[in-house]
Amino acid sequence: MKQAQQHRRSVMRAVVGLAMGALIPMGAAQAADKVKVGLMLPATGTYAALGSAITNGFKLYVEEQGGKLAGAEIEYAAVDDESDPSKATENANRLVVRDRVDALVGTVHSGVALAMARVAKSRDTLFIVPNAGADDLTGSLCSPNLFRTSFTNWQPAYAMGKAAIERGHKTAVTLTWNYAAGQEAVKGFNQAFTEGGGKVLKDLALPFPNVEFQSYLTEIAALKPDAVYVFFAGGGAAKFVRDYAGAGLKASVPLYSSGFLTDGTLEAMGGAGEGLITALHYADGLEVPRDKTFRTAYAAKFGTQPDVYAVQGYDAAQLLHAGLKAVGGDVKKKAEMRKAMREASIDSPRGAFTLSAAHNPVQDIYLRKAEGKVNKVTGIAAKALADPATGCKM
Amino acid sequence: MNSRLATLFKLLALAALVAFPLVGSEFYTELVAKILILGIFAMSLDLLVGFTGLVSFGHAAYFGVAAYAVALLTPADNPALLWIALPLAVLGAALTALVIGVFVLRTKGIYFIMVTLAFAQMAYYVFHDTKFGGGSDGIYLDFKPSAAIGGFTPFDLAEPLHLYYFIVVALVAVYAFLTLVLRSPFGRVLVGIRSNEHRMQSLGYATFRYKLAAFTLAGALAGLAGFLYAVLFGFVTPEYLSWHKSGDVLLMVILGGMGNLVGAIAGAFALVGLQEMFSDWTKHWQLLMGGVIVAAVLFLPGGLAAMPGRLMNRIKGATHHG
Amino acid sequence: MDFTSFLIQLLNALQYGLLLFLVASGLTLVFGIMGIINLAHGSFYMLGAYLAFVLTSLTGNLLLTIALGVPLAFAFGALLEWLLFAHLYKRNHLEQVLLTYGLILIFEELRSLAVGDDVHGVAIPALFSASIPLSDNLSYPVYRIVISVVCLALAVGLYFLIQRTRLGMMIRAGSHDRDMVQALGIDIDSLYRVVFALGVALAALAGMLAAPISSVYPGMGSSVLIISFVIVVIGGIGSVWGALVAALVIGFADTFGKVLLPDLAGLMVYLVMAAVLLWRPEGIFRKG
Repeated sequence: MKQAQQHRRSVMRAVVGLAMGALIPMGAAQAADKVKVGLMLPATGTYAALGSAITNGFKLYVEEQGGKLAGAEIEYAAVDDESDPSKATENANRLVVRDRVDALVGTVHSGVALAMARVAKSRDTLFIVPNAGADDLTGSLCSPNLFRTSFTNWQPAYAMGKAAIERGHKTAVTLTWNYAAGQEAVKGFNQAFTEGGGKVLKDLALPFPNVEFQSYLTEIAALKPDAVYVFFAGGGAAKFVRDYAGAGLKASVPLYSSGFLTDGTLEAMGGAGEGLITALHYADGLEVPRDKTFRTAYAAKFGTQPDVYAVQGYDAAQLLHAGLKAVGGDVKKKAEMRKAMREASIDSPRGAFTLSAAHNPVQDIYLRKAEGKVNKVTGIAAKALADPATGCKM
Repeated sequence: MNSRLATLFKLLALAALVAFPLVGSEFYTELVAKILILGIFAMSLDLLVGFTGLVSFGHAAYFGVAAYAVALLTPADNPALLWIALPLAVLGAALTALVIGVFVLRTKGIYFIMVTLAFAQMAYYVFHDTKFGGGSDGIYLDFKPSAAIGGFTPFDLAEPLHLYYFIVVALVAVYAFLTLVLRSPFGRVLVGIRSNEHRMQSLGYATFRYKLAAFTLAGALAGLAGFLYAVLFGFVTPEYLSWHKSGDVLLMVILGGMGNLVGAIAGAFALVGLQEMFSDWTKHWQLLMGGVIVAAVLFLPGGLAAMPGRLMNRIKGATHHG
Repeated sequence: MDFTSFLIQLLNALQYGLLLFLVASGLTLVFGIMGIINLAHGSFYMLGAYLAFVLTSLTGNLLLTIALGVPLAFAFGALLEWLLFAHLYKRNHLEQVLLTYGLILIFEELRSLAVGDDVHGVAIPALFSASIPLSDNLSYPVYRIVISVVCLALAVGLYFLIQRTRLGMMIRAGSHDRDMVQALGIDIDSLYRVVFALGVALAALAGMLAAPISSVYPGMGSSVLIISFVIVVIGGIGSVWGALVAALVIGFADTFGKVLLPDLAGLMVYLVMAAVLLWRPEGIFRKG
């Protein structure tokens, strides 16, 4: 008797749940002079700070234009992607299918961005990537609706390889996590290093996101290379540099990396990162007029200095603006908008850049040195570097 | 009378599920499809936890193995054949469960919970650390399996509506199948094992074999859920085997009430519903979720399914005294 | 691998294993003696690390931080036991698993609300900040040696506490038969509270000690939790000695695995676990 009661009630619960589901309001229709931007970025977890920097940068630009781009008012919808690829398709559908955004903007984590790319492509929604560096996004997955204002993992790594050769290093060992971003970066570094006559003694990798580096440090010391190239970011980066310095390797074997190693992590390194040379498409102390005005405005509004993520977000808004300008704010004119975006020249705080045929920035990669809490520019590692866009059929 | 009423309600619920895509938007239809798949997953675990008394904290391993199977079986440019990929994926999950079962079923109680967790972690790392499944970045299923037999294609899983109904049919089939299994002599032995394994052994039953069979069967059905999940979202990541996923499905079974198949489905609705609701309110939704879990364990020992019974008792008690 | 490198890797393995032991010791204590599965154990480790960060920013001294932090963690553990865990003894394992799983979510979000999601560093105390040269380009931080020594001392201390003191005797008795101990007039509630608080304090201490070398970041509890479970499974629930042996085995498997079999490095630990379980399903040093 009780069993049947239980059955009945759980069934009723399911019915109620369903009914509630059906009553949840569906996405609103679009007014002609509004453009809905869907921001899918991390609001929680390790990358939360990057997500908010990108959002800040994007919204700052839109505000500077008076809240309207080419006469169209910008509306926002936002989803926290939690940097979780397993929920990425669902989250992207929330913005693209349920909320029917005109432009999808995101994200930090490459795995999530790859899922977003597929969703955006299936609906032919404009998709602007303000960070995720997966080479494939403007490589084998390149697409007319997909634009990027950040970098490929290959770019800063290749530039670093070039710089390492120019600094006279002949042998190197690489170390990174066993994931796409790390592997793509190492490939870029190795390509430049071997092109310049150097020899890569060994490529070491540890499972992601393992941070027990001691055994690898011992191995590196045993191999005795001229230089070491690593790719780490976030908490792992801070720990690695501390361990590297603690093992005395910082003094004996020069360490190089893409700028993510030292962006936002110098404080957590407690001084262990002082003097580290990295390569990135942005740095502190750039002599670019746009950068100076951008930094002042950003600091005034948000109370903190901007970083490369804020710049990428800012430029994403600039790119969108370039597209909307060409169609007078009518986001339905997709082909013309995308053509204008493809041909745009962005006056970025990092320095002006254009997009390659695969829609990735062709930009200068700066050489930087960590001083205190900032990464000061010391030169240019590679000028107007374009990603080879392997596998792109556009 | 009561069981006829229960059946009536079940049919009504089914009708609601069938009618839903006609009223719900595309996004919410996909959400309900996801919940139904998780319902299958929860029912498979309920067979172990609720009916056989085996608390497995690594059930996601079989879910994930099948999900990877369909992704790996799909060639780069063409869809896989549904009628081959589905059985193979489920078989893969069943075999994994069989092998792991041989190890873990030698332990009992607390040890069992821990070793199921540990073995599931091992499976997780196989996919996470090796190149076999694309590593921690996961792999994509670019083409949904094709249902073609000979020259005839009865339905197209790439059509959201077809896929939805395919999932509904799968749910009903699993429910019917498990109900039959549980009513059979085999099922009764399982329930006997939950209640007192020693007694069953003294009655002459080779309980290890029954437990292994239940474990494998549960793994196979979890695999069916994993297959459908991969097809629905087109993406498979090692997180499908993570202990978080195992914890989530365990929660669904508890929330819905153990030992109750419809309860398992209700638990899936409840968990996902709560997640959706809480994430709309705040980005710190996991705090609320954690609070609900703690509260549910402390104050709702029988799960949702027991709630109405308790409410009825309360009301009866009140009227008695009143 | 030449002999020097081998010795250095041995040192790495030992240090890693000892730290793992410290983290897992609290888990096996609570588990074995009180019969409670506590999935939130990793959160206590994280609590210790964040406590180290916050207190060191205030006091500037890690040693002072530990002196303050351990009693704080102990008190927190006692409070948590009184509020929640005391109700779990009569419940079944499944409910314990789920309740503590819920606690993980709560602690993670509370941490996010209280301290944010950024990565932080904790300075190594100046006293131990030197490095000892081991070869012409590699040196070994003194602090890591200090950690190993502390963990070893704690292992010995725990052994003495449990096997040679009156408190330890009561704890061991209470784990065998709770009701009988109570009937003998010993306040079992307070006893369990003390043991649980000790477990929390040990995990937090591990977090505090490790903070300068591991950095402080969200999610640091999860990775430590799973490995603690593996250690307890291999070593045998409730056996502190087993936890030590298992932790060292894991330290070696992980360190040498990364060097010799890099593709299997992540799996290495689980392969070892599977091998042990084939031989002894309840761990090497199972209780009783």
